[in-house]
Amino acid sequence: MQPDDKQRPLGLINTLGRFASIGLVLCAAAALFVFVGGWLSPERLTQDRFMAAFEAHDGRHPGFRRNHAKGVCVTGWFDAATDAATWSKAAIFHLQHVPIVGRFALAGGMPFAADQAATVRSMALRFLPIGAEEWRTGMNDIPVFAVNSNEGFYAQLLASAPDPATGKPNPSAMQVFLRRHPETARAMQLIKARAISSGFADDTYNSLNAFSMTNAAGTSIAVRWATVPMQPFVAHDAAAHIGDENYLFDDLVKQIALHPLKWQLVLTIGEEGDSTRDATVPWPKERRLATAGTVTIARAMSEETGACNDVNYDPLVLPDGIAASDDPLLATRSSTYARSFTLRSAEKSVKPVSAVSSRDIDGSRP
Amino acid sequence: MQEGRFTPLSRLLHWAMAAMILTMLFVGVGMVSSTTERYRYLLALHRPLGIAILVLAVVRLANRLLNPPPPPPASLPKIQQLAATVSHMLLYGLMFIMPLLGWAMLSAAPDPIVLFGPLRLPAILSADPALYARLRALHTDFGLLFYAVILVHLGAALMHAWIRRDSVFRSMAGRRRPPTTS
Repeated sequence: MQPDDKQRPLGLINTLGRFASIGLVLCAAAALFVFVGGWLSPERLTQDRFMAAFEAHDGRHPGFRRNHAKGVCVTGWFDAATDAATWSKAAIFHLQHVPIVGRFALAGGMPFAADQAATVRSMALRFLPIGAEEWRTGMNDIPVFAVNSNEGFYAQLLASAPDPATGKPNPSAMQVFLRRHPETARAMQLIKARAISSGFADDTYNSLNAFSMTNAAGTSIAVRWATVPMQPFVAHDAAAHIGDENYLFDDLVKQIALHPLKWQLVLTIGEEGDSTRDATVPWPKERRLATAGTVTIARAMSEETGACNDVNYDPLVLPDGIAASDDPLLATRSSTYARSFTLRSAEKSVKPVSAVSSRDIDGSRP
Repeated sequence: MQEGRFTPLSRLLHWAMAAMILTMLFVGVGMVSSTTERYRYLLALHRPLGIAILVLAVVRLANRLLNPPPPPPASLPKIQQLAATVSHMLLYGLMFIMPLLGWAMLSAAPDPIVLFGPLRLPAILSADPALYARLRALHTDFGLLFYAVILVHLGAALMHAWIRRDSVFRSMAGRRRPPTTS
């Protein structure tokens, strides 16, 4: 026995006090952990609460993305413009024929909703340069984002969710939300005023959030980007599509089968004073535009056979040379996409066949 | 008789990793319940810190084999000695398992394993989202288990310090042995 093991015995009160102190330390440590994890803060906008809000808004659809649930996979490639490296040192900006795994989709969490003219359309791209860093971006065909914070995003979801009593959104809830969020009211006017194109192929998709690009010389700029179609714009004609619930997707698949579709990747170069934090505010029209390259989409596949269903188009998967801005929505998107990806990946085995199936796609080929 | 103490290197590794692992677990539960910019900053810290813990865990295991810890006091009941052995094995196991699970799940997602600047780690698994989902769930489960075992470890350390008042706590605490023995 070591000599220091012989200790004078503690009295009963003293012993109890010491046990209580140990208990107190452990309880405090456990409580701190529970607090940091958000379990004591029901008002905190956690990733789980966003998932619950999407479910309240759109219902539960296992295996599908919680937002932009209805989509189709595409593949193609990217060719950098000769001077693209002026803006960013990212490898893809000096490469040709960089493989792309992309996805066209409709906003909203209902994977079997009928296509509608006014539904926001999205293009998501994953650039996979061989032996260099990948880049992922998700873009929407609206000029500005409807919200500029995680709180705004969440409140908008709740305000536009169907009322359980009527099955329809409550107009007064939306009015209350818009009064509290004048930035959304202003953004909605710009969004509603946009020209709606005939389909996915002649649509322009915007990054909405700002990013920063750094070139090899170390010069950084604030940017927003867009994919601008090289297919001519044709205005949407609602009368032409009665009876086809997937007309936007069917048209896209048909057009890709006829010939590859092309978009220019256009950078808008921000200037001093342009907000990088607020995605509801457009940058002035006279900002310099620079074409960084061309996106070519050559093949469409269903979510069952294509690779896009396994991709989380996380806007923060960026190569060296492109970085996040101070826009808080980037973290909101990234964190909620991650949770959505985790949920649907675990539900893969029970996912029903997507609305735009392989049979639809084979049938659309001329 | 000279009482057993951990070597200075062992103590440095223990306390440095204690700080890192606690930070890591708090960063982990904080980031997965955040949707603000805090998420971004915590995630940017989480990945390189996890890899640093993995590297130090290798160093620490090697150090433990080279410099075995002092034996427990002979007066310690066998059942408590067994509990100490099991909990230490769990702690060592989790030091390796947690960073490897994180690395593996990002590989399976597949997400780039960003350390800092342009520095990335290679994937250690091929892309498999269903596997990612399972690893992601395990990462949470083992993280919670890790914190629970740390609380048990802390409770046991305080029992040695305040109730038993034997050599165990002093053998790892930074203080010199107080000059109060018979």
